[in-house]
Amino acid sequence: MSQTNAIEARHTIKAFGQGDSAHRALDDVSITIRKGEFFTLLGPSGCGKTTLLRLIAGFEMPTAGDILIDGAEVTDLPPNKRPVNTVFQSYALFPHLTVAENVGFALKMLGRPKAEVAEVTARMLALVKLEHLAGRKTAQLSGGQQQRVALARALAPHPKVLLLDEPLSALDLKLRKEMQVELKRLQMETGITFVFVTHDQEEALTMSDRIGVMSAGKLQQVGSPREIYTRPVNRFVASFIGETNFLPAKPVAGGVKLGCGAVVEAEGEGHTLTVRPEQLRLVAANEPGAIAATVENLVYFGTDTHLNLRLSDGEALVARVQSPPTGDAGFAMGQAVGVTFLPGAARLIRD
Amino acid sequence: MAKRFDIARLPGFAPIALLSFVALYLPIFTLVGYSFNAGNSVAVWSGFSLHWYSAAWANETVKAATLRSLSIATLASAIATVIATMAAIGTTRRRAFKGQTLIYVAINQPLMVPEIVTAVALMIFFGMLKQVTGYQGLGYLILAHAAFCIPFAYLPIRARLEGMDLSLETAAADLYASPWQTFRHVTLPLLGPGIAAGAMLAFVISLDDVVITEFVKSGGQDTLPTYMLGQMRRAITPEVNAISTLLLGLTVALLTAFFLLTRKRG
Ligand SMILES: Nc1ncnc2c1ncn2[C@@H]1O[C@H](COP(=O)(O)OP(=O)(O)OP(=O)(O)O)[C@@H](O)[C@H]1O
Ligand SMILES: [Mg+2]
Repeated sequence: MSQTNAIEARHTIKAFGQGDSAHRALDDVSITIRKGEFFTLLGPSGCGKTTLLRLIAGFEMPTAGDILIDGAEVTDLPPNKRPVNTVFQSYALFPHLTVAENVGFALKMLGRPKAEVAEVTARMLALVKLEHLAGRKTAQLSGGQQQRVALARALAPHPKVLLLDEPLSALDLKLRKEMQVELKRLQMETGITFVFVTHDQEEALTMSDRIGVMSAGKLQQVGSPREIYTRPVNRFVASFIGETNFLPAKPVAGGVKLGCGAVVEAEGEGHTLTVRPEQLRLVAANEPGAIAATVENLVYFGTDTHLNLRLSDGEALVARVQSPPTGDAGFAMGQAVGVTFLPGAARLIRD
Repeated sequence: MAKRFDIARLPGFAPIALLSFVALYLPIFTLVGYSFNAGNSVAVWSGFSLHWYSAAWANETVKAATLRSLSIATLASAIATVIATMAAIGTTRRRAFKGQTLIYVAINQPLMVPEIVTAVALMIFFGMLKQVTGYQGLGYLILAHAAFCIPFAYLPIRARLEGMDLSLETAAADLYASPWQTFRHVTLPLLGPGIAAGAMLAFVISLDDVVITEFVKSGGQDTLPTYMLGQMRRAITPEVNAISTLLLGLTVALLTAFFLLTRKRG
């Protein structure tokens, strides 16, 4: 194997509690994170994202399984012997040290010469644009500035992997957007592998090279944002990322048959058909091959308009159409329409 | 919802509180006042003078006792603070272990057992040691003081440790600090005010002790409080008042510092 991976977790289990009350925060998770990628762990609260990061950082020991960093087994190494650094959600800046001393902390602990510590600290502060605050105590900084100090401090020793546990969740929306761009820039400039935790799906889609979707201690799917969005493997992934429609479906010769009797083309396996609202086309009610539906409600969102449709068997379907310049999408409540799916848009998934 | 019970709103609270303060502080103010008495009575006022302060200062026995008190308090509080710091870390930074309650009780034993019992026990035990070793020095008093000062040093240090954000120590470990470096560069500096507060409290407690000292000391090892006690048995002069006032001043200064150190920073 010439190309080693940044992180590898093999059949990792983490149980909290003993005996009957034991709870598996991670249930047999195997994951591979490549060198230099921006990898995001995405999932609802309590699904085990923080636990996985803490296992990688060495703050917790796995109940079973192995963890490799840069190809080397680290399962038994304490945190201070692992070439990874963490940006904590609460920042955890040292209140008794200045901004510069916080940033230089790791290099000082590693026993690097004073000149090197000073040089790297200055470079890191420049990287996060905080040169002017080097001498301040951290309590005198704004939330965004503390965030940057935490980033600079974790990047200073140039770790093999940077772990970020919801680093942006404490920031307001505007600052958050700025920091998203900033994080991407830092990752490109340093070339360090980032493992980023969030429960914000938009953040995950816009920032990541690859996403790992987690639920209830299990890794559901790993893939690029496009793969995750367009080819979700199960109902959880499809509904957690973006909006989607689910229809019961049965494979038949030449496609799948929906409850209303229509037969459509769909890839994949399973008994549920999923299709994104923006992949629907509304056509005339009598168009051949179209599924008959009635418009129940219209919601105007500015850039587009959402239509709540009802099929003949009572199933609901949401369609999203781009709003024309006049703003009037040209549909009325109670109107009969035909629905078609864009080629390749409909997929069968497992539950 | 009904108003919460508030003792300060009960009828008669203010007069009772006032009476308590008077009962507490009036004797102290009287004591301080008569330390400036020109005459040699602690009851009849005959004019202002610093005579008794200079008398105390000129008294070689008082000087020796003061020096002894201060050295015992310094060494005993230092020993107590080191042990209390280690105990506090042991009881807050480790997983709960079997027998933890027992250790907690052992540390705080001097707060619960009547002082006279500890005093007699120490007297008998040290008496045996004095026989066996032949050593008669101040070491016994220092050890005895250190022992009963430990809980006073322990409590503020433990409180500070419990209030500390654990993620700071986690962050230090993440940033390549070994357990010792984490302690040295993160835990200890953040614990500083707690340790200083504990040391001061221990110092004051040691300075003030009569009962245990009286039982454990060998001949010629009077501390300031036991010297004063001895004086009271003979003629009482305002010299005792003057010494008490100075001790009071030192204690108030240390306790003020203690308060400032343990106060949450705004
Ligand atoms: N130290 C612990 N002791 C017991 N249970 C724990 C511990 N840490 C985590 N858990 C449990 O493990 C599960 C996963 O927790 P984890 O913190 O990894 O979730 P998360 O995905 O990071 O959630 P969030 O988005 O809310 O941060 C939760 O059910 C949690 O209650
Ligand atoms: Mg979390």
